[in-house]
Amino acid sequence: MTQTTLDTPTRAQPRGARAVLHDLLRRPRSAFGLFVIVTMLCAALFAPWITPYDPNDQMFDGLSLAGAPLPPSSQFWLGTDLLGRDLFSRLVLGAQTSLIIGVLANGIAVLVGATVGIIGGYFGGWIGGILMRFTDLMMAFPALLLAIVLAAIFKPSLLIVAMVIAMVNWVQMARVIYTETRSLSQREFIEVQRAMGSSTFRILGKHILPHLVYSIIVFGTLGISTTVLLEATLSYLGVGVQPPTPSWGNIIFENQTYFANAPWLVFFPGIAIVLLALSFNLLGDALRDTLDPRLKGRH
Amino acid sequence: MGAYVVRRLGESLLILLGISLVTFALLYLFPADPARQIAGRSATAETVASIRAQLGLDQPFYVQYGRYLGNLLQGDLGRSYLQRTEVSELIAARMPATLLLMLAAIVVELILGLTIGVVAALRRNSAIDQTLMVFSFVTISAPQFVVGILLLYVFAVKLSWFPIGGYGTLAHLVLPAITIGLLGTGWYSRMMRSSMIDVLAQDYVRTARAKGLGKLRIILRHVAPNAILPVIAMIGIDIGLFMSGIVVVESVFGWPGIGQLAWQAIQRVDIPIIMGGTLVSACFIVLGNLLADLIAPLVDPRIKLK
Repeated sequence: MTQTTLDTPTRAQPRGARAVLHDLLRRPRSAFGLFVIVTMLCAALFAPWITPYDPNDQMFDGLSLAGAPLPPSSQFWLGTDLLGRDLFSRLVLGAQTSLIIGVLANGIAVLVGATVGIIGGYFGGWIGGILMRFTDLMMAFPALLLAIVLAAIFKPSLLIVAMVIAMVNWVQMARVIYTETRSLSQREFIEVQRAMGSSTFRILGKHILPHLVYSIIVFGTLGISTTVLLEATLSYLGVGVQPPTPSWGNIIFENQTYFANAPWLVFFPGIAIVLLALSFNLLGDALRDTLDPRLKGRH
Repeated sequence: MGAYVVRRLGESLLILLGISLVTFALLYLFPADPARQIAGRSATAETVASIRAQLGLDQPFYVQYGRYLGNLLQGDLGRSYLQRTEVSELIAARMPATLLLMLAAIVVELILGLTIGVVAALRRNSAIDQTLMVFSFVTISAPQFVVGILLLYVFAVKLSWFPIGGYGTLAHLVLPAITIGLLGTGWYSRMMRSSMIDVLAQDYVRTARAKGLGKLRIILRHVAPNAILPVIAMIGIDIGLFMSGIVVVESVFGWPGIGQLAWQAIQRVDIPIIMGGTLVSACFIVLGNLLADLIAPLVDPRIKLK
């Protein structure tokens, strides 16, 4: 018996990164998403050269004579905040915070979620049972309450905030990967590998993982959006990123008492959060269609 | 069916038990000392110690948790550290506000979400469809505190159509319900759209067209009722989404519900209230999921209970 007679796994045609990128740029939505993400990435990377003012400098001319923040003008493009700091400069630095946490927290969540999903799905039995019951438990946790309590226990630093978000967000990935691994591991071509005496490690790495890559990329991308939103919400509640480190959420937190008189202090950081989260959602959705049409509408 | 429900209820109880253990353990690790919080800044060390002993906080973890669990099984959620009131009373007093908000939010998201989904599906791939789908992506990408504050700014501060916050009249309900409902609108509209597209491709729809039935009649009698079922089945799942949002939305709008109660308790380290709030929210989520699983096979007989 040759391997070609087996039920070959219906894996979508592998596609080169170049072809995928081309496809993404051709679709208006994902092209927009990519554009925003690349722009914000550049802003975050080159922040020191872009910011017109020191983001933490409480400027004397950054407040009106009565001590109120200044609206957008040619001097301060997006206005100033309650302490007379340049809002544009703080938003640029906030992009750093959001992206660092977005990538870090989501990276950990993907790693944990995929590992739990693969181990649970491949081994099944009592290991799978325990892992999936624990996942069920996490799914039933009111996510925001859990994150707030965790953030309050550990004094928030960037790394801690990222860890907290990861602890709340790995569950979705675990469920998706569990379901896929479960059905893959019962397929004939995996049975054959087992019968041929391939090591578990080899089967998982060479025969299971490659089939999961697309799902991991798609749900990993969508997950960044969730992460960005959760970071913003925690920082808005004052239990996320701590001032003076600017984050889009804590800029709104610091200035919200004054929002009726200085709406730009909520409006601009709000737009920034929505744009970044939206872009990762649009990109993830397009990746799902482009990489593997079978995934469409399944989750 | 009966056996399935019993088994699932048992599983749900185990999940809730697990949640109570994890939450209790987390709150045990809380850095702020509740006894110090109650005694106040100027209290002597002896006062703090006596309060700690009084609340049983000087006992080891398993004793504290065991006692909590014992009381919980008798329906006793303990007393608030600061208000000295029964937690169950506090929660019961806040429940109507949260339920009202939940109901209103579900109405908002069903009306908006289903309408958008139907229109987008009927005009598939048109500019209208594209615009509506981008809108639905925006609604799931916008944090609720941003939406809430912006709605407050435009409709309460600038236009004065609605009060800035609070509770009592229908006018108070509108903005928070829309804030929560918009998130769900994004999910429902996308589900409704794909469900409609599936149904539109069915043979019986083609038959109805071939019979010469009017377009509106086909959509209202044959397509929409079938397309709506799988979407309605998701309401249970939606409750989980709702429970996550109320902490923020109730705080933004000063809505006196369970979310606000829990958030205030976290700030004051009032542990019995945090425990109670978390457990009640988790109950909603677990029951919502159970409801969704029970409805699914009724809606689509191809789905079997397992």
